Amino acid sequence: MLVINDLHAGIGDREILRGITLRVNAGEVHAVMGPNGSGKSTLAQVLAGNPSYEVTGGSVMYNGQNLLELDPEVRAQNGIFLAFQYPVEIPGVSNAYFLRSAYNEIRKANGQEEVDPLEFLDLVEDRLKLVDMDQSMLSRSVNQGFSGGEKKRNEIFQMAVLQPRLAILDETDSGLDIDALRIVAQGVNKLRSPDNATIVVTHYQRLLNYIVPDFVHVLANGRIVKSGGKELALELEEKGYDWIQSSTPAAAGAVA
Amino acid sequence: MTETAIRKSTHENSVREASKAEGVTTRKAGSIETYREEFARLPVGPEWLQSLRKQGIARFEGLGFPTTKNEDWHFTSVAPIAERSFRLSTVSESNGDNERRGAARRKGDVTNPAGITPSLLDRFQFGERDWHTLVFTNGGFAEDLSSFAALGDSVRVSSLAQAIKSGSEVVERYLGKIARFDQHAFTALNTGFISDGAFVELRPKAIVDRPIHLLFVSDGDGVSHPRNLIVAGLHSQAVFVESYVSLRDGEYFTNAVTEMVLGDGAHIDHYKIQRESETAFHVGTVQAREGRDSQLHSFSFATGGSLARTNIYTSLDGDAATCTLNGLYLTDGTQHIDNQTSIEHIAPNCPSHEVYKGVLDGRSHGVFNGKVYVHPEAQKTDGKQSNNNLLLSPTARVDTKPQLEIFADDVKCTHGATVGRLDEVAMFYLNSRGIGRDAARTLLTYAFAADVLETIELEPLRRELEKMVLARFSA
Repeated sequence: MLVINDLHAGIGDREILRGITLRVNAGEVHAVMGPNGSGKSTLAQVLAGNPSYEVTGGSVMYNGQNLLELDPEVRAQNGIFLAFQYPVEIPGVSNAYFLRSAYNEIRKANGQEEVDPLEFLDLVEDRLKLVDMDQSMLSRSVNQGFSGGEKKRNEIFQMAVLQPRLAILDETDSGLDIDALRIVAQGVNKLRSPDNATIVVTHYQRLLNYIVPDFVHVLANGRIVKSGGKELALELEEKGYDWIQSSTPAAAGAVA
Repeated sequence: MTETAIRKSTHENSVREASKAEGVTTRKAGSIETYREEFARLPVGPEWLQSLRKQGIARFEGLGFPTTKNEDWHFTSVAPIAERSFRLSTVSESNGDNERRGAARRKGDVTNPAGITPSLLDRFQFGERDWHTLVFTNGGFAEDLSSFAALGDSVRVSSLAQAIKSGSEVVERYLGKIARFDQHAFTALNTGFISDGAFVELRPKAIVDRPIHLLFVSDGDGVSHPRNLIVAGLHSQAVFVESYVSLRDGEYFTNAVTEMVLGDGAHIDHYKIQRESETAFHVGTVQAREGRDSQLHSFSFATGGSLARTNIYTSLDGDAATCTLNGLYLTDGTQHIDNQTSIEHIAPNCPSHEVYKGVLDGRSHGVFNGKVYVHPEAQKTDGKQSNNNLLLSPTARVDTKPQLEIFADDVKCTHGATVGRLDEVAMFYLNSRGIGRDAARTLLTYAFAADVLETIELEPLRRELEKMVLARFSA
């Protein structure tokens, strides 16, 4: 589904990703872990097409297409979804209007008919339950006045409605208490299927008790320095990121 | 024939030339001279009115058109108005058309001298056919197009011309007393030409069930000086919509003044909707005096005209009088839209709230100047003012000047102004959900404007303005 090869990217003159290589197949869950500043959020943003980042080398193929040539909205229309680390507040635009617009734009791009507001309400009702949110949130402005937990749940709610083929969760767990974390994880797990894939970007192992990954990759200084199964996350939690960073040269050599 | 031809403005001339109706034209340099000539041609009114008009025209001649050296006009040059010689629109319309009108009546085809049929006005009525509506064409009252029956004994509504003719004491008492013209050239000019407009008197405790719509329709290249007077008695209540629209593009000039007197406990909602032709000129002043415990809720929507200025002035004269002055201006192309507000806190315990927003595109220029004066006696004043602007193009410009002058020591006043562009982070957020740049831009711009439109309590009006704003920003 997704083939990243030697990806280099950064902001301005600062290179943040220094050669990421990663392959994600349908049905898989990949966890990307790493210390602050290792480039994990940058990877998520670059995959979603944030124009603030410049790709300086390498390639990303998504279902046989050159992903890097596509505008962010086209990526979304083709099934890529990024759950933001810091969801954006948009005063004056209701959640319902925002999400219905997104839903219809994606349908239009895929040659499907748009849905009207009433049909849309029916459609989102059980998705709201999935993340334990009340219908009243639909009439509120996008993320405005939402608590940290509500914002993250709103991201998962959007994901549940838009049903992406490749979901990228950027530190969706950070700042969540354990109840909110469970709700979020439960939402993600319900949406897993053999046809779609998930990349979970996280700083902590905790989330991975609830969203069990098939693969864990550790990022440091813009490179994947270690890959393994779900045990790697536990080992990392136990030994800390210093363990990885001190063994970086050897690990980097092994990956290359 | 020659005399009329000489008086044509350049634009009018080009139109006439195209139709080969008239040939000779000359452009006059000094338009003040033209106004003086037009003044001399005005039909004479009652003595008190003649005296008021004379004071007005004399003051206008004394002040002349404001220049950008005048602090109130620092960001707005009125040269395009000053350089043109506008003829009075109403005079030509009201003369000698009785025959046509009569003929039209006999045919059962309701129309007015300007040839305007009611169906042409549908699109300016916010989908509401049962509002009390007074229509004015080129500044003159169009009875055939108006409908305001069944207002009851406690409400008096008529054209100002009619009220003057019938010798209304209230008109004589208040006209020209609220809108000061000692320092305001355009108000002085309007005062010089007071002829017609709307007159509404609400007797004590009168409550008007439906909005009163004053609809000013322009259709030509002349100048009109609409003058409205609203006198609201003790605990009376009414909603006014004052609209300025045009049926086709014209380089006409509207110079309007509305005076409002709010008695103790009166509650007036006033919506000014400025949708003039994009080649027109508009200067409109709304000036109010508020008695004890009265409430004025004003909303100013401005989107028309090549050069437009709206002044909303109020004076909180009585204890605990309140006002909210909100507004939205949308500019594009080479439009210049200026908004000036003034709130005089004269009495204590008065709250005043103000939110103005502007969305500026193309090479347009927006101006906001909001003054709040707190007089020494106006203790416990609670004043809030903000002005936020969104620039949609790199060549659009806005000048914003919130101005607070406080002479009392126990007050709470805040003000702030912002000028920004579309938020790129929000843009990416929308893009990442499948919404393309154009749609996202529409959505974000609409959201910015909708925020202040939400303060409009008159629902049909809010709905129509929201639709209008959305349509305007749709790519």
